[in-house]
Amino acid sequence: MTYIAKPKLHHKDIPTNALGFTHRDYEGRISTLCAGCGHDSISAALIQACFELSIEPHRVAKLSGIGCSSKTPDYFLGQSHGFNSVHGRMPSVLTGANLANRDLIYLGVSGDGDSASIGIGQFAHAMRRGVNMVYICENNGVYGLTKGQFSATADKGSKSKTAVNHDAPIDLVSMALVLGASFVARSFSGDKKQLVPLLKAALSHRGVAVLDVISPCVQFNNNPQSTKSYDFVRAHNEAVNRIDVIEAKAEITVDYAPGEVVTVRQHDGSLLKLSKLQADYDPRDRGKAMAYLQEHHARGEVVTGLLYLDPEAEDLHAALGTTKRPLNTLGVRELCPGSKMLAAINDSYR
Amino acid sequence: MTPLASVNDFVVKFANVNGSGSASANELFARCILRMGVPVASRNIFPSNIQGLPTWYEVRVSGEGWLGRRGGVDLMVALNPQTWDRDVAELEPGGYLLYDSTKPMPPSKFRDDIVVLGVPFTALSNSLEGTIPRERQLLKNVIYLGALSALLGFEPDVVESLIGKQFKGKDKLIALNMKAIALGHDYAAKHLAGACALKVVRSDKVGDRIFIGGNDAAALGAVYGGATVCAWYPITPSTSLAEAFMRHCKSLRVDKESGENKFAIIQAEDEIAAIGTVIGAGWNGARSFTATSGPGISLMQEFFGLAYFAEIPAVVFDIQRGGPSTGMPTRTQQSDIMLAAYASHGDTKHVLLFPEDPRESFELAAVAFDLAERLQTPVFVMMDLDIGMNDWLCQPLAWDDSRQYDRGKIMTADELEAGRDFGRYLDVDGDGIPYRTLPGVHPTRGAYFTRGTSRDRYARYSEEGAVYVDNMQRLLRKFGTAATLVPAPVRRNAAETARFGAIYYGSTSPAMDEALARLKEQGLHLDTLRVRAFPFSDAVSDFIHAHEQVFVIEQNRDAQLLKMIVNECAIDPARLIALLHYDGTPITARFIANAVAERMTLLGRKEAAE
Repeated sequence: MTYIAKPKLHHKDIPTNALGFTHRDYEGRISTLCAGCGHDSISAALIQACFELSIEPHRVAKLSGIGCSSKTPDYFLGQSHGFNSVHGRMPSVLTGANLANRDLIYLGVSGDGDSASIGIGQFAHAMRRGVNMVYICENNGVYGLTKGQFSATADKGSKSKTAVNHDAPIDLVSMALVLGASFVARSFSGDKKQLVPLLKAALSHRGVAVLDVISPCVQFNNNPQSTKSYDFVRAHNEAVNRIDVIEAKAEITVDYAPGEVVTVRQHDGSLLKLSKLQADYDPRDRGKAMAYLQEHHARGEVVTGLLYLDPEAEDLHAALGTTKRPLNTLGVRELCPGSKMLAAINDSYR
Repeated sequence: MTPLASVNDFVVKFANVNGSGSASANELFARCILRMGVPVASRNIFPSNIQGLPTWYEVRVSGEGWLGRRGGVDLMVALNPQTWDRDVAELEPGGYLLYDSTKPMPPSKFRDDIVVLGVPFTALSNSLEGTIPRERQLLKNVIYLGALSALLGFEPDVVESLIGKQFKGKDKLIALNMKAIALGHDYAAKHLAGACALKVVRSDKVGDRIFIGGNDAAALGAVYGGATVCAWYPITPSTSLAEAFMRHCKSLRVDKESGENKFAIIQAEDEIAAIGTVIGAGWNGARSFTATSGPGISLMQEFFGLAYFAEIPAVVFDIQRGGPSTGMPTRTQQSDIMLAAYASHGDTKHVLLFPEDPRESFELAAVAFDLAERLQTPVFVMMDLDIGMNDWLCQPLAWDDSRQYDRGKIMTADELEAGRDFGRYLDVDGDGIPYRTLPGVHPTRGAYFTRGTSRDRYARYSEEGAVYVDNMQRLLRKFGTAATLVPAPVRRNAAETARFGAIYYGSTSPAMDEALARLKEQGLHLDTLRVRAFPFSDAVSDFIHAHEQVFVIEQNRDAQLLKMIVNECAIDPARLIALLHYDGTPITARFIANAVAERMTLLGRKEAAE
């Protein structure tokens, strides 16, 4: 429905953020996804998170692969450059973009087909490398654009109109934990209260922040048997915590009773206040997070919330020792060693 | 039997076992001759193996300066029992066989028509006191270098200065190696005096030329050309290019004050991720490249289509090896030409550059980055194993300090602020090249959505036929512009008016140079055109039309460049004759001269008969 222009008018009292932007300034084109699609809720949550964090929209680069989820970067942050690349390869394209200019905020949007099937290799290696990015997987367990085939995250035994899935599902969250991601979260497109703060925390994280967001496909996978349906996730959602992101400049007061709250300061100075919903859950313990996930998955529960966080994580640029100046701003003066040096180089080959 | 006798004109071949440490002694051998002012061409012939399999190193000594492979062997240094029989058989009649005489060999293992030179390398190395077995193995190589220096008449101080250079700062090693040199030298001088009539005599034919491998030179070209991002995946024969880039960046691109790196190198998980990273960086305005070989190019196909259609700069070094499939991974070919030219599904075409040697690999590497950004498209530098992994004697690398990088058409924040119309795929200048913006350029203007799907001039998604065709036609116009920007072919006219012409490219150059001289001696005259790029300039079809028949000389089975010329330049295939050498060894002057002479004579006879 791209032919319908979005009206530019808005209410005069619409709230503005620290930059004077309204949330309308963070919108994109009108979505062409199905009415009720979970992905549109995620786009809305992203708009909200960027608005609340007062991010300059043009300082974000949005990259995606192929599929319904990968179309969404056109539907938010219209003032940002976007790149809808090839199927399953968003992580490598984003890695290159990030290497070229470390000063932008990199948002990678993918789906379960894109990330868990064709692109599982690139997913895995992006986790290992710690590219500074937010990696959102809009997970609906199904290939939407090709009309309803199972994806690699579909549960064993789940049914479509024509088939039963015999393959074991891939849990991207568990994979991310094993592979060394420094920020791992799961959420649900239908729970904006949880999703928006998680996105804000992810956007302020240094290193790879991965969010597996269950995002029901109303067209092909919202049936009663599906573990990726609205009803199932609502009924089995086991949130481990609720998160508040307090920006660095805000006054930080801790008013929770000890034992109920975990506070974590991120590298940019922002403070994450995690209200514990599960008394025994500590998101700073990778090993326990993995065990917790396995146990609860076996009980048929969908564990959500901020599952793991390493606030001290370094990113790929730190590992490579790259200059603080974006590489794409360096010119011949900074990069070319010149003819005098070449004469010496020639000499070493004689 | 007359023993071969020659000054500064012979071929030496070393038959070694992979992993025995012979490579550095062999390279030292070649450098000794160069230091005496005599040109050499050296080639590694090695297996896809780390230890145990046979490996050869061939050095052509050519006072006249011919740098192609000659074919044939005049002096065999036979150090590998596994390949003894074929190594002995390969010698020219009257040639010399230098071998380890520590253990006696039955007479049946030799030939009557060769000169046998025995030196007990193992026994000599065992006599080196205070060494461990591994050291003695390595020193055995130095001992044969010492023996050769006596047999061929190297100047002693040349050997000594090169040993000193190689082990600079390690005095103990210098002494030990010089001792090994002396052992071999003195044994040969005493026992084999006058036995070898192949000699190296000081000359002045090397000049200021350098001895460098193409991968090394191309990596330097990438440094000088301003590449900041490299993503790669190990594959023979391209690996040493990425590794050389790493090495050169560490010495040339680290900020002296801050210690920060002005480069980023990623060893990717596969070739697909490598090219994805390169394209991401190119999209975001950094000069980026990958180095790979045929199988990698095959894997990268989908991304090449994206970069072509979404118009993103990228530089790809294809160090070609023997295909298809895994093929001959350690042998050379020019067999990825079509694969690269038309890489990816749909109607695609790409810019290719064909350097002839390491020097031109340096030059065209730097040019490739300018072209990629000017044309906003992938540019392939089509090298091969022969250029990439062998040291070649070539002109010194040159750089003009007034040279600026051509960053192409990038609309700036100021231009956007001033209200300049920005359509990502709008042909403003009529050359088919649109303007691009870099992410983050301006708060409210210049953002666009990059995609591999069809789009209109303002980057809006569209599957309308007319919109699609408009864009595809502009891409064709852009390719036409590319033909005017790429390096022009190099034409050389024969001394006399020639009815025949020859087209060649890449590593065929040195063999071609020599073949032309041989043909001239036979009274056969040939104009030549060395193609340096695709798309072809008009000079290619002009050259063909100016000759009755044109040979197209290539190192592949299917005459790939010939077919591209026929199709792209609308040439009658009957005008072209394919001369193809594709057994995995570098093409030789003998092959070219014989093939050309045979066909020219045949055509002459046919005419006479008519």
